[in-house]
Amino acid sequence: MMGAREEILERITSALADEPAIPEVPRTYRRSADLSEQDIEEMLVERLEDYKAHVDVVTAAGLPGTIATLLKEASGYVVPHGLPEAWFDVDDLRVDDRRITDAPGHRLSVPELDALSSVVTSSTVSIAESATIVLDGSPDQGRRAISLVPDQHVCIVPASSIVQILPEAMSRLEITRPLTWISGPSATSDIELERVEGVHGPRRLDVVIVTDL
Amino acid sequence: MSAVFVGMPSLPAYGIGNLHATESFPDAAHHELANDQMRTNLRHATHSIRDKRLKVVGELPDWEDLRSAGSATKEAAMADLPALLEQFEANFTARGGIIHWARDAEEANRIVASLVREQDTEEVVKVKSMATEEIGLNDHLAAEGIEAFETDLAELIVQLGHDKPSHILVPAIHKNRSEVREIFLREMPDVDPELTDDPRQLAMAARAHLRRKFLSAKVAISGANFALADTGTLGVVESEGNGRMCLTLPQTLITVMGIEKLLPQADDLEVFMQLLPRSSTGERMNPYTSFWTGVTEDDGPQNVHLVMVDNGRTAALSDRYGRSALHCIRCSACMNVCPVYERTGGHAYGSTYPGPIGAILSPLMTGIKAEENNSLPYASSLCGACFDACPVKINIPEILVHLRGEDVDSRRGKPRMPSEMDLMMKGAQWAFSSGTHLNLLEKALPLGRLAAGRDKKIKRLPGRLAGGWTASRDIPAPPKKSFRDWWASEHDAGDTGTTKDGK
Repeated sequence: MMGAREEILERITSALADEPAIPEVPRTYRRSADLSEQDIEEMLVERLEDYKAHVDVVTAAGLPGTIATLLKEASGYVVPHGLPEAWFDVDDLRVDDRRITDAPGHRLSVPELDALSSVVTSSTVSIAESATIVLDGSPDQGRRAISLVPDQHVCIVPASSIVQILPEAMSRLEITRPLTWISGPSATSDIELERVEGVHGPRRLDVVIVTDL
Repeated sequence: MSAVFVGMPSLPAYGIGNLHATESFPDAAHHELANDQMRTNLRHATHSIRDKRLKVVGELPDWEDLRSAGSATKEAAMADLPALLEQFEANFTARGGIIHWARDAEEANRIVASLVREQDTEEVVKVKSMATEEIGLNDHLAAEGIEAFETDLAELIVQLGHDKPSHILVPAIHKNRSEVREIFLREMPDVDPELTDDPRQLAMAARAHLRRKFLSAKVAISGANFALADTGTLGVVESEGNGRMCLTLPQTLITVMGIEKLLPQADDLEVFMQLLPRSSTGERMNPYTSFWTGVTEDDGPQNVHLVMVDNGRTAALSDRYGRSALHCIRCSACMNVCPVYERTGGHAYGSTYPGPIGAILSPLMTGIKAEENNSLPYASSLCGACFDACPVKINIPEILVHLRGEDVDSRRGKPRMPSEMDLMMKGAQWAFSSGTHLNLLEKALPLGRLAAGRDKKIKRLPGRLAGGWTASRDIPAPPKKSFRDWWASEHDAGDTGTTKDGK
């Protein structure tokens, strides 16, 4: 008897017996930016705020202080092992027993993550037009679970990683890495279409754009 | 010379499961129309989403270029499907994923149930998925003693309410907030009895209810929005974070996907991730999208399965005039602009796939003769709004007309009683065959005026067909004089082509 795989492939081949042509895809849509870097950054800020994310724009020198402020109320926070130590180089954070590092060989369990209020990660690329931040599991972004379970996500966006439109972002992505595209905090409009921010993912998204990184 | 296939010729292999209307569309629509709550909610929902969609689509100067690219990409993917499926399979498998093929709904359900059982668990968490809805997975799992927890808020409302989805994007849109509150109070054992009907409170109740499930589930079941052939990657688009929970935390992930979800290359996402969110929820981008390629060591599920389902898709593919229905990316834009859907709601279509796309997809997948699905291609005024809204330019009206033809053809040559339509057509043939016949008929015009009465409207005609017409419309009284009588009195007898002054 023919297996399901062979049978389905054979059905498809029969269904295509008229040999339909494979059309050329017209790629006439925009594929590069038409705004200045300044305008692109402003667009990202404005559209992130439109999604009810909180946004700070700082220099690298001001980053540790900003992270400290954002984590003021955090009871405990997880960081991926590749996050630069320099980002915590400020009095409140330098030695901080609230901070737990998720590292190879020392992975936090799901219940352990659930006990933490916050997470700090970097990001791979951000798309201004749709206010989308992409995480790809690099050492400064960590496993997918760490940026999912805690309720507050402090996400660092280096200005050099911002692009205007999606097609520009594609060349910066390694698609086979586990990717998470984030556009604002989680939300639902399932009850009478009334938007409620914060369902299962982090209910608070704090984005810090670093102008000179 | 290319290889010659010598196996059994494959006839269209139709789909089974939740693809059938069990009563005809007009009958189903008739009682759905009586549900005022649903109609009010649906009108509000479709109009709000439609306006949001127009706004975000208007922001993009290249929207039409994106639609053209999306349409051509899907057409190319369908034309090259066997090669793309094999390429996808090789890439997904090389990275530790396991692929299963299912000819139909039953086979898919059996595969999923046995994969769940292998993990020694009787509970699974689920991300909203049209494919698992189509194959009736939850019912099958329940029959096998496995409880499936829907985790999308709307699907949770539908599941706890023992109800059916009415819209593919916002499945519980037919329920209002106080109905949702009642369902939660009745069905969630741990819910706060003080729960109000504020949507925020209701969403938080769902969060609390599901959180323990997420954190402890061993197995998750998902659908997929895209499968990328050149990398072996799967993607799920969502809003609430329940998708990320399911795709990340359990050790075993089982994805159920129709074979038509393939995109040739990863870069195609640059088109589809612009088209889908804007067309669907009317957002620039949905809050969360996850992509995974087989197994990633140390991150997420370590047992990753994919069940690729035919269930009538190859039957749809074999219809050269209908196959572009398979380009559908399940955005629901066609529903939100459809004047018929807006009034009848999704339940009237019977199938998992409602609205204009459902009216073509369901009969294409099941065959036009299946149960009452031959009534679906008529569930349209052919206004064309769906075609304009479709992000991949599926010409739904054209396929509707094609399927109406299929329906008529499927009845041809069968001995049967002449229908009212046949009799009326016969009558019309007689009437229009000569002027004398028509004259004779026109003599009856005053009778029509008499039937119309004082308000000059005919409110009810006899018979199923004519009576059906007047059930929702009045016919104006006929004029005192027919056009031909008027013409004759205005013109000289015998002069047929010109007016009195000779022009």
